[in-house]
Amino acid sequence: MAEQRKLWIKRVVNVGVPLLLVALVFYLGNQKGFTWQQYAQLVVDGVRGGAIYALIALGFVTVYNVTGIINFAQGAFVMLGAMLAATVYELPLPFGDGWRLVVAFVTAVLLTTLVGVLIERLTIYPARHSTPLTLIIITVGVYIAIQGIALLVWGTNALSFPAFTTLGTVDKTIRVGGVVLKAQSFWIWGTTAVILVLLAWFFDRTMLGKGLRACAINRQAARLMGISTHRMSMLSFALAAALGAIGGIVLAPVTRPIYDMGLRLGLKGFVAAIMGGLVSSPAAVLGGLLLGVVENVAAGVTKSGIKDIFAFIILILILLFRPQGILSKAQETEKV
Amino acid sequence: MARRLLRENGRNLTGIIILSVIVWFIGWFETTQPGGRAFSSLTNGIVTFDTITRIGILTIILVGLNLLMGYAGQVSLGQAAFYGIGAYFSAILTTRAALLGLPETITGQWWWPWLLMPGGMLFTGAFAYLVGRPILRLKGHYLAMATLGLGIMVNIIFRENFGFRLNTLDLTGGSDGIHSIPRLAIGSFEIWPIQRYYYLVWLLAIGGIILALNIVNSRVGRALRAIHSSELAAEVIGVDTANYKTTILVISAMYASLAGSLYAHFQVAVSPVPFNFVGSLELVVMAAVGGMASIWGAPFGVAVILILREVLRARLHLLIEGASGEHEVVAFGIILVLIMIFLPDGVIAGMRQGWEKWRGSGRKTAVSPVATQPANTSKEVQQP
Repeated sequence: MAEQRKLWIKRVVNVGVPLLLVALVFYLGNQKGFTWQQYAQLVVDGVRGGAIYALIALGFVTVYNVTGIINFAQGAFVMLGAMLAATVYELPLPFGDGWRLVVAFVTAVLLTTLVGVLIERLTIYPARHSTPLTLIIITVGVYIAIQGIALLVWGTNALSFPAFTTLGTVDKTIRVGGVVLKAQSFWIWGTTAVILVLLAWFFDRTMLGKGLRACAINRQAARLMGISTHRMSMLSFALAAALGAIGGIVLAPVTRPIYDMGLRLGLKGFVAAIMGGLVSSPAAVLGGLLLGVVENVAAGVTKSGIKDIFAFIILILILLFRPQGILSKAQETEKV
Repeated sequence: MARRLLRENGRNLTGIIILSVIVWFIGWFETTQPGGRAFSSLTNGIVTFDTITRIGILTIILVGLNLLMGYAGQVSLGQAAFYGIGAYFSAILTTRAALLGLPETITGQWWWPWLLMPGGMLFTGAFAYLVGRPILRLKGHYLAMATLGLGIMVNIIFRENFGFRLNTLDLTGGSDGIHSIPRLAIGSFEIWPIQRYYYLVWLLAIGGIILALNIVNSRVGRALRAIHSSELAAEVIGVDTANYKTTILVISAMYASLAGSLYAHFQVAVSPVPFNFVGSLELVVMAAVGGMASIWGAPFGVAVILILREVLRARLHLLIEGASGEHEVVAFGIILVLIMIFLPDGVIAGMRQGWEKWRGSGRKTAVSPVATQPANTSKEVQQP
């Protein structure tokens, strides 16, 4: 009987609290006199930001699964990707605009991946027997160093990077019933979707991907099966760096790249990863999208200056009440 | 056991005497200026008296942080939030008390800022207690991230003046912060110029160290170490782990709050920037450099980081042609990484180990419990 009652209380809370929050959002929004287009606009922009968070979160999850490290330098990869792409695009290359864009994209991703590998070899590998706290501090140090180098190379001015396509309109947007969709939004969503499919294929069908998964499930056993865990650790950093860089590049036309953009994006990506339970890629993607929408809507109906606060409220609530993530059931945290 | 304790106490007494002598010497040098030379001339103007005073303020936070991270093993990446709450408590209630309806007859008195220091400590302690109860249920990475989130939230509250439409009641001053905070004074005796403030800061810092050493060598300290080694085992032998962990968080928050009040009256202005995420990270870095499982790591870690920064700022251009202040950040990050890779127990412990290795004595070195934990079990430890 008592258990039944507990279950019911849980169900009421699970349904009631979100409903209350939605009601609160509409109440605050109506006070500001929002129309439904404005709500839709907030959601659409939120999904765009959320897709970027999802890409960054995937980097966190990959590195954490394989090495057990929370890589604070993840945000630096995002920044590097965006800054490098913008710089390469400005080089006087003998191609048309479209090809320069492609060259910039590929070069930036490759260079950032190289940086990721170097970081793993130079800082994580020598300290692999240290405590988690030491490793966290190391990645923080790496982040500080990379951001400092970016400051030296690019200065404090924001760079600019053009939108990938213009959708044939002058202001690079299309309108659906009063809701403005930037052309770049489709590129961001499309890229995220393609990356997800590629990652699923990589983890499911290739030998390397299977090796990474084996490391995530049990490192000792993976090593006994002849998988080089050192190489997998390096690979996970390379993958995380590439994902971060891609996120940064597709975001660059929307938010102008600047040397200190990495910290905020990195932390948001981390919150998204935590929402997914830190070990599951699909859940991290869902977490990213959800985070993007929630924080954008919440900031829209309250005050844009406190936008960042919502991500961390969510972080603490998730850690306290659902540390296993928004998707998985409680028991599943025991594995990994 | 008793002998070990005696030896420990002897060492601690020596440490306190040495620290006091250093503090007294620097203060004496700056006050009397023998031969017309100020203290900074001893270091070619690189390390100034101002820096030494700042080391004192940060030492107070670090002592609390070492109790929390080194002894109780609870990671905090948001300690700057408590530091900030202390600073803002003093700043708001000395400059904007009228907004809160406090009568001028009380807030105009010389003892009002002094009263605010323990007041701020109580306030910050209460805040730490409220957030600590739920948050300290988390472990490892998860606790680190929750404190990180907390720190960022508190900072946004400072920056956005609580985030409400408080146009009529501007408490935190937004991103400009609060300025023209009064100096401390006893009657008409102002604790300023800096030489006077320096003695006040270091008096409180050394007092804080002595208090922390007593906590460490008490029932509470033993309970904390038990929690650090194994929370489950501690619970089994009857340690109320939740209670002890919250207590130590509250104590460390009070240390940070005191430092915050001192900072506010030292700088006579507060803004959200020193209390942001980067500020919290710097505190953790100082703790890591000094060595967390030792109260003495606190002043050492702060001194190393602050002096290192000054040296880099002043001398880096000799190593790299045309280096400016911006290079210092890069070097700072790289040095941090190097220290964490090669001396993960902190610089003191690393040097001691190096020394004993060099002497070739087979005696087992006292390695901190943090360091002896093998890395390949970390994954199990992190799970909630």
